[in-house]
Amino acid sequence: MLEKNIKELHEDLVNNKITSDKLVKKSIKACHDIQEKTNSFVTIIDEVKGETVTDELVSGIPYGIKDIFSTKDILSTGSSNTLKDYVPFFDATCVANLKKKGAVAVAKTVLDELGMGGTGTTGHTGVVHNPWNLDRMTAGSSAGSAASVASGVYPFALGSDTGDSIRKPAAYCGIVGYKPTYGMVSRYGMFQFASSLDTVGVLTRSVEDAAIVVDAMKGQDEKDMTTWDSSDIHLYDSLDKNVKGKKLFYIKEVCDIENYDNPNEELKSHLENFKEKVKLCEKLGMSVEGVSIDKTLLTALPSVYVVISCAEATSNMSNLTGIVFGPRGDGDNPMEMIKDHRTKGFSPLIKRRFVIGSYVLQSENQERYFLNAKRVRRLIVNKMNELFEKYDAMIAPVGTGPAKLLKDDKNTLSKDTTVLEELLQIGNYGGYPSITIPNGFINKLPVGMNITGKVKDDINVLNIAYALESEMEYKNQIAKEVK
Amino acid sequence: MAYKAVIGLEFHCEMKSHTKVFSNAINGYSKVSNEYVSPIDMAFPGTLPIVNKTCIRKAIEMAYILNCKIPEYMEFDRKNYFYPDLPKGYQITQFHNPVGVNGKIDINVNGKVKTVLIHDIHLEEDAASLDHYYDTTTIDYNRAGVPLLELVTEPCFNSSDEALAFLEHIKSIYEYTDISECDSKKGQIRADVNVSIMDEKDRELGTKVEVKNVNSFSNIRETIEYEIKRQSELKDSGRYNEVVQETRRWDDESKTTIHMRSKADAVDYKYFVEPNLPRYKITKELIEDIKKDIPPLADERKEKYMKEYNLNDYDSTVLVKNKKVSDYFEECIKLGADAKSACNWITTKILAEVNKSEEITIDDVFIRPNMLVELIKLIDDKKITNNQGKEVFAKMLEEKLTPSEIVKKYNMEVIEDENLIDNLVMEVINENAKAIEDYHNGRTNMLDYLVGQVMKKSKGKANPVQAKEKMIEKIK
Repeated sequence: MLEKNIKELHEDLVNNKITSDKLVKKSIKACHDIQEKTNSFVTIIDEVKGETVTDELVSGIPYGIKDIFSTKDILSTGSSNTLKDYVPFFDATCVANLKKKGAVAVAKTVLDELGMGGTGTTGHTGVVHNPWNLDRMTAGSSAGSAASVASGVYPFALGSDTGDSIRKPAAYCGIVGYKPTYGMVSRYGMFQFASSLDTVGVLTRSVEDAAIVVDAMKGQDEKDMTTWDSSDIHLYDSLDKNVKGKKLFYIKEVCDIENYDNPNEELKSHLENFKEKVKLCEKLGMSVEGVSIDKTLLTALPSVYVVISCAEATSNMSNLTGIVFGPRGDGDNPMEMIKDHRTKGFSPLIKRRFVIGSYVLQSENQERYFLNAKRVRRLIVNKMNELFEKYDAMIAPVGTGPAKLLKDDKNTLSKDTTVLEELLQIGNYGGYPSITIPNGFINKLPVGMNITGKVKDDINVLNIAYALESEMEYKNQIAKEVK
Repeated sequence: MAYKAVIGLEFHCEMKSHTKVFSNAINGYSKVSNEYVSPIDMAFPGTLPIVNKTCIRKAIEMAYILNCKIPEYMEFDRKNYFYPDLPKGYQITQFHNPVGVNGKIDINVNGKVKTVLIHDIHLEEDAASLDHYYDTTTIDYNRAGVPLLELVTEPCFNSSDEALAFLEHIKSIYEYTDISECDSKKGQIRADVNVSIMDEKDRELGTKVEVKNVNSFSNIRETIEYEIKRQSELKDSGRYNEVVQETRRWDDESKTTIHMRSKADAVDYKYFVEPNLPRYKITKELIEDIKKDIPPLADERKEKYMKEYNLNDYDSTVLVKNKKVSDYFEECIKLGADAKSACNWITTKILAEVNKSEEITIDDVFIRPNMLVELIKLIDDKKITNNQGKEVFAKMLEEKLTPSEIVKKYNMEVIEDENLIDNLVMEVINENAKAIEDYHNGRTNMLDYLVGQVMKKSKGKANPVQAKEKMIEKIK
């Protein structure tokens, strides 16, 4: 039952094949069933009841929320010790919107501490395991959301994406991860990581579900001044697989195998698989061209991300002092208490990022690092916008292969794969709509591809993903190994 | 020895608005702690700032009045530092692109015009307030997020008189434009004062000392005068090297400034553009629109009082010094009072009332413009005498009654009946044969005595002019 998509569940609910209460209970039980193996959840909300089923497709349907979102009366930790007992008194706007439409939150999912990480290993409740192979990582930071959706405990879970935090774990877990255009969904109530990059999105097992969920939670919000009016955009209703004549491009420097010095077998298979899907695009009536982008610009991608995201993060997370909320630190005066709270609360990885963020913002370094990073970000966005004038979307393989082993999360990658590994950050630099869909398996592990389009052109991006998904056999797939 | 003092001011003023500058909590003064607070003001995780458009308009209005260059876009920056009164760990302010730069404004210092140069004016938020007790500190978030306008002058003042004249001028503008009440009792103003001294012939400025968070005009004056004295004495005794670039604070108890931190401890605020607030285009149309909203300021009103109402310079100055007083006066005019009478009553009697206590303004005086106008009319219509008017005024304050209620209660209305006055005059004449004789023998001052007797018999209700006329008529 739980492996069904939203539309199917909605029909079952409407036709009284199951009640919302029962569906929610099943989902909660399924969460408990996978928790030991995957460690997906910070909180499973046992006491929650079903909701009245209405015309809204999400009504009465259980779902998961990344623990980076503020949920009224429900523990919201950001997977950080600094917030380990924090119970908010208000809902994030996206959560409130889903609640209004009758969706039922049954779990809060684990993330890399405060969203800052890409492995799913740094949350304060421990490592998240990939349901396709428990020795593998899920990637992050939306680790628990990806693992739980891939395990089929509910049809969708909310995520947030600052670099690729929805789209990378989606690929590693063989599901769909959709980051809408920046400002389409309100960020109010999402614990901020890097405000200019942070985007609310969703992890699902089909493009249709992704469209349905974002339709339900998007909209201009007076509490987030970066949101815009998207009331004339109807994502789900616009899915028609009509992609004939669309023009796509991929970046040759990262997608062509001959550009790598010593590619490993995984990378070879991954790029080969991607090229097959390029052919599939052409079969669907789209044209695909390889374009070349200045290598200097491409290699700057990861550093730009480190500088901008760490700078904004160090400022954004300065509210975590243990004064207003969070465990009060020890000390003889407030400044010492703040220091103690932060010293004890944050993991070494986060502290390292704060140091970087502070360093690049210092007045003597700001020009060289922070302002230059913003300029390079602008150059990258200009280049992409120029390409989007000619093409409808960019396609790319996600990462350099399938999920990595947890035991060597310390990064054994050779240098020339870094750009491909971090490529999806482009989506955040420009605030572009970007979606990952599963596109095959390597060594029995799922891999994904990504479609990124121009700002506010979400419909087009989703349609391309929808058309491709329909021609492949990975739609609605579930990692049955954990069951 | 006397040195040339060079003074610069950073003047922070809390703005008047319904809600705070980046949240929808009420911007108000409350004696109850943490009454006006939203999740944004306490920086709960996930909250985002929303900008108050009224505050933006008022900031642009002030930048315009100060003849500043106004940028193309309104944008904000983060000033990052840790302190328990700063919930977000940063203050949203304007660093890179303030709402106004390079302004100037003419002020009057003891009758002379001085042009003050404005470095910049910017919009920002206030921090929470801390209350320190013996072994605890409490935090009150009412003030967190209250809109502040910070006005930074060039170091262009040479005396405390000049600095204070400037502050009074700005305060007047803030009041007339309704941008701020500038009430130091409510903690609405704070200034950072920069002072240095130099020899008259020196080309380079002396060492600058900054005194932070001085919170009233009188303390600002004392701070400036103390610093000039302190630095001059050190210089006189050959110890000018002890004047160092540092931040000090004013200690109200000892009436001195005290070292806070040296320049080496200066904080790097790591300013960067606030990413949560999209920049806001300041169009020409917007500026034009705001211009239309600027009300007549003190100088303009003063000119009107002198030209249209023929009031003298002194009275007009007194009336416009405080906007509430000026508003009170204009309300009286609107209700039909004679300008000179209204001015006399306000500048003497009413302001005497206001000046009895620091705690009250003209708005707290029981006698409202309509009552004052009523009183003036009673006198003008000769319903009561001038002296009775003064009595009525005192009784109104005492008994919280309107003029007509007082007149009625004390039966003070002037006797209009001529026969009645004739009778009283005749009575007095019959009872004072000796006085009349003296009068006829040249003691003309006996007339006043006789009229006085008539007034006494009428219990003050006779019209004294009329009584005098009758008396002369009868005894001549």
